[in-house]
Amino acid sequence: MAVQSPKPLARGSLGGGLARLSGYGLLLLGGLATLAPFYFMFVFATHERSEIFGSPPPLWFGNDLATNYQILLEKIPFWRAYWNNVYLALVVTLCNLFFCSLAGYAFAMYEFRGRNQLFAFVQATLLIPAILNLIPFYLVMTQLDRAMDPLANAFAGTFLGQLHLFDWINTPKALWLPGMAGAIGIFMMRQYIASAIPRDLVDAARIDGCSEFGIYWRVVLPLVRPVLGTLGLITFIGSWNRFADVAVILRSQETQTLPVVLRTLQGATDVEWGAIMAGTALLVAPLLLLFVFAARQLMEGLTSGAVKS
Amino acid sequence: MQRSSTAPPGAISRQMRWSNLQRRWAPYVFISPFFILFLIFGLYPTLFSLYMSFQSWSQTDGWGNWKFVGLENYGFTFTDPMFWRAMYNTVWLGIVSGLPQHLLAIPLAFAIHMGLSRFKTFASAVYFLPYITSTVAVALIFSTLFSTQKGVINQTVAYLNTLPLFGWFLPDEPVNWFLNSTIKWGIALVVIWKYTGWNTLLYLSAIQAIPRDLYEAASVDGATRWQQFRFVTLPLLRPMMFFAVSLTIIGSMQLFEEPFVLLNGGASSATQGGQTVAMYMFRTAFEWLEMGTAASIAWLLFAFIAALTIINNLVFGRAAQGRGD
Repeated sequence: MAVQSPKPLARGSLGGGLARLSGYGLLLLGGLATLAPFYFMFVFATHERSEIFGSPPPLWFGNDLATNYQILLEKIPFWRAYWNNVYLALVVTLCNLFFCSLAGYAFAMYEFRGRNQLFAFVQATLLIPAILNLIPFYLVMTQLDRAMDPLANAFAGTFLGQLHLFDWINTPKALWLPGMAGAIGIFMMRQYIASAIPRDLVDAARIDGCSEFGIYWRVVLPLVRPVLGTLGLITFIGSWNRFADVAVILRSQETQTLPVVLRTLQGATDVEWGAIMAGTALLVAPLLLLFVFAARQLMEGLTSGAVKS
Repeated sequence: MQRSSTAPPGAISRQMRWSNLQRRWAPYVFISPFFILFLIFGLYPTLFSLYMSFQSWSQTDGWGNWKFVGLENYGFTFTDPMFWRAMYNTVWLGIVSGLPQHLLAIPLAFAIHMGLSRFKTFASAVYFLPYITSTVAVALIFSTLFSTQKGVINQTVAYLNTLPLFGWFLPDEPVNWFLNSTIKWGIALVVIWKYTGWNTLLYLSAIQAIPRDLYEAASVDGATRWQQFRFVTLPLLRPMMFFAVSLTIIGSMQLFEEPFVLLNGGASSATQGGQTVAMYMFRTAFEWLEMGTAASIAWLLFAFIAALTIINNLVFGRAAQGRGD
């Protein structure tokens, strides 16, 4: 083997050329098919309904964007729903970054009784199908809501009552609080901390009189910034796109998030598809923008767990 | 350090005890949020729904006024033709949308790995875009594209029909995508579009982990690119195939948002062909307000997913693990 110099990959031959060509053809065709719906979304957002279903369909941007935007604002509390989306995604993300890194640090850096079993348990919860939880989740929120009723009534007139601390149905809290410490995040954090942070560093900080939480806060957290970014992206995107559980819990337009509110437009008799597409574009655009800057980090983060296991 | 050397002896031991105590209990405190949340919002609701599946209750009955009915909910669901229809739809969609995802993703990943060097990230990012896009947004976009009279997809088909060759196998009439016979194909198309990129990314990451020397050795032995793909890449991809297919199975059995939004939240008798089990469960709970029955559907679905996963592990799991390393 060492004597023979390796031949370059079969390139000059006819078969190699064909393989190459068909490879590029496949990539190009697939890419076009992937991007076309996004393109039509943006194009349709600038056309009125009759033009969208014209023949031939519009292939280039029109000038009805302002009209569609007006319709959107008339039909639904668009920016209110938008803010609800941002709020939910930000709160969930921040909570997850904190609680997952804290738990991941404990699993990675401490020796304690039951550690392996508890970590296996965290992983096992990932196997429970999400859809199984939808109805019980709703039931428990109703139950909590009722259990808290006396408290809610007691504070009804006061400032505390204004905060809706004891209401669950119809409050975003019902959506972000249960998901504050996700199992995936804990898993990611543990893997990263175990491989990236030397135990000596933690011991040194301890000898210097750092408290246990202080070690996490001042030593570990600054060092796990890259994976915090990845986890933040994953959590933010997941929350931004949430639909089923939000639709179940949030029943008033005041608190509903954008995907839920947008879908109600579809139920109208004269569906304003131009306006819907404008709203959809505004829902999709922030993630597209985020993705432009962080595609590599996000994709590597999502697949790293899969490749290792 | 400074502090402990100047402090009186009693204080040292007290401080030591405190830091030992802290060190001993800190990990439990740090991991407790997950377990507390899981007990309240994960385990308890799941058990509660198991309890609920043996009760008859609808929201209009008032909280707490449930009635024990034994296995009646399960019996009802088991003999409910709508449930079996939804089950059939779900399995059909799982196969028709699942298989193409992998059959497309593996060649795509191989083509990206072999054909592109500088644009590798760019290409995989393009394919990955649908995965990070809101399902509601995707379903709304495809609703316009699927429109019967002048939707983009039908007009494209009509245009291709005028070309030679394509006319042989394309339908002459515009397709109504919202009929029992067609809606499944539409949903499958959306699912394929949304998840092929995710699978491509998974396979690409596995292909990239294959050592270059293996390809070089193969090409020294005169293997063509196709032979390299067939005899080097494919066998080494087996563990990832198992993993990715498992994810597809679990995901497609729970398919909810795509059909729910495409069918506008409900299914008329004309579009029941697109109703999945998850969607049927959702409607049973929140449209027909039969929580007990819905809970029984959820548990039957769970049992089905568990059975599929076990079969998948038995049939393909061992082969994937055994040959992969």
